[in-house]
Amino acid sequence: MDITQYFTDYTLRTITLGTAVLGAICGMLGSFAVLRKQSLLGDAISHAALPGIAVAFLITGAKDSNVLLLGALVSGLIGVFWIRGITTKTHLKTDTALGLILSLFFGFGMLLLTYIQKQPNANQAGLDKYLFGQAATLVESDVLLMVIVTGISLLVMLLFWKEFKLLLFDKNYAMTLGFNTKFIDGLISFFIVLAIVIGLQTVGVVLMSAMLLAPAAAARQWTNSLSTMVILAAIFGAFSGVFGTAISASQNNLSTGPVIVLVAAIFVIVSFLFSPERGIIFKQIRLIKNRRDLQLKKTLYFMYDIVRDHDDISRPHAIRILNSFQGFTKKTLSKLEEKNWITIQGQNWSMTEDGFETAANLYNNNLPES
Amino acid sequence: MKTKIAVAVDDLTVAYNYKPVLWDIDLSIPEGVLMAIVGPNGAGKSTLIKSILGIIDPIAGSVAIYGKPYTKQRDKVAYVPQKGSVDWDFPTTALDVVMMGTYGSLGWIKRPGAKEKKLSLEALEKVGMLAFKNRQISQLSGGQQQRIFLARALVQNAAIYFMDEPFQGVDATTEIAIINILKELRKAGKTVIVVHHDLQTVPEYFDWVTFLNVKHIATGPVKDIFNDDNLTKTYGINYKVAVQQ
Repeated sequence: MDITQYFTDYTLRTITLGTAVLGAICGMLGSFAVLRKQSLLGDAISHAALPGIAVAFLITGAKDSNVLLLGALVSGLIGVFWIRGITTKTHLKTDTALGLILSLFFGFGMLLLTYIQKQPNANQAGLDKYLFGQAATLVESDVLLMVIVTGISLLVMLLFWKEFKLLLFDKNYAMTLGFNTKFIDGLISFFIVLAIVIGLQTVGVVLMSAMLLAPAAAARQWTNSLSTMVILAAIFGAFSGVFGTAISASQNNLSTGPVIVLVAAIFVIVSFLFSPERGIIFKQIRLIKNRRDLQLKKTLYFMYDIVRDHDDISRPHAIRILNSFQGFTKKTLSKLEEKNWITIQGQNWSMTEDGFETAANLYNNNLPES
Repeated sequence: MKTKIAVAVDDLTVAYNYKPVLWDIDLSIPEGVLMAIVGPNGAGKSTLIKSILGIIDPIAGSVAIYGKPYTKQRDKVAYVPQKGSVDWDFPTTALDVVMMGTYGSLGWIKRPGAKEKKLSLEALEKVGMLAFKNRQISQLSGGQQQRIFLARALVQNAAIYFMDEPFQGVDATTEIAIINILKELRKAGKTVIVVHHDLQTVPEYFDWVTFLNVKHIATGPVKDIFNDDNLTKTYGINYKVAVQQ
């Protein structure tokens, strides 16, 4: 397939738009899930949605995707309530509750799916696409639904931005200020469930949580502001959708959902390695640089100790007297000279005003660098 | 002269899974005191504050703030939670956290504006953290984070301040800075209630004290009731003798 075909093919355009919008909403809401320390909630919800799809099919006998997603929404929400119930009413921890609900609902869903497959109904084929998703089945009305849901959640997020931020950072404090934290909490959960449900057809029950978490985890690496993080996560998610669809369309027989998730994973890997502040590589570089810097400053401070006993700070001293000090090299001396902290004349060194100032303030590092 | 009662706690009982944490607490705190709540680990000090503030539901009893239930008096109360209760890696700045103190008076949906920002900057200045306003909060030291929490409560401009171990894990400079601010609050006629661990500094910092160990043991002026008798009742050991060993 060549590029021109890619932009003219109607089906492909629909799918690309759909996966882009899906990626954006998942990235956006995924940020909240990650910051709420409920990364696994998405996984539990998506698995909990499966029996809903099966039951909706059994009741209506039709494969209308909107009806099936409504079923998924209902059983996803039941899953959330049960998880909440288990954690508040028993001694069990959240991860246990998540694991329980995930496997219980998924098991029940698989049971219903196999039961449906044994039915003599010609309509039953294809329900298993909700397991791993099948972006190829997206039609215009599905994409429209995604756009509407994204629009609504964007609106709600802008409206309750302040409340969301407060709840995510300090729930108890939010309570004392008089905010109904159960309502805000429920609102966030509801939209996470909604995002998961509309993604089931494309990415599937099993991989859906990656769509939620990967863009958010990647975005967190690049910024220290909540709003930037949410926007970046949406962008990463959208690009994952677009690239994933393009790659799977150009290679026959590659299913779209897994490819999208893999592209999102690449965003995560690159972010974890290369983000300037939190990335592993730059952290390591900074560490090495800081060590060298510290070595330099230790030497400077040793010199400062010698110099401050004299009235005239620029008085020359023999380089020899530094030898007793471990870690001093010719290289450190020339580095110090480069920084204009000392000057070297033959076998002697003397400290500059600048070097004296720097050494004197070396350990006042509690002041912010402006 | 009769002073007003700022906080009145009546028959308060709190339990986590059958085990009582606070047992039948009766307590009244007069307006304008700087009061320490002391007691051993697990005595229910934090729980007492949290149930007064409605974060924890008591199984029995009631709380009144200036004679009315807390839900009607939120604007009169500010809270400094334990520093360790939040994730300091949250993507936000010092100023942003302090601004959260204005959210209560703003109410739902309304965003903080220029006036709220000005108040927050003033509070940051008061705690000596103005220079750090745009710092990511994870890059602040423990003492600085504590000051940010204090600034957030100051912004609320309340009549009663509840603080949960504000001196925990802070250095001497920060401790002095914080206690000076607390003393200023008292001078301004505010009531300040502090969960405190360091018994040595109680007489120096506070004028009132509450002894608590699941049950309420005593409340009153430090000079009258901060004695061996109450310390022994609260901690179960003769505190002074134990220290000398």
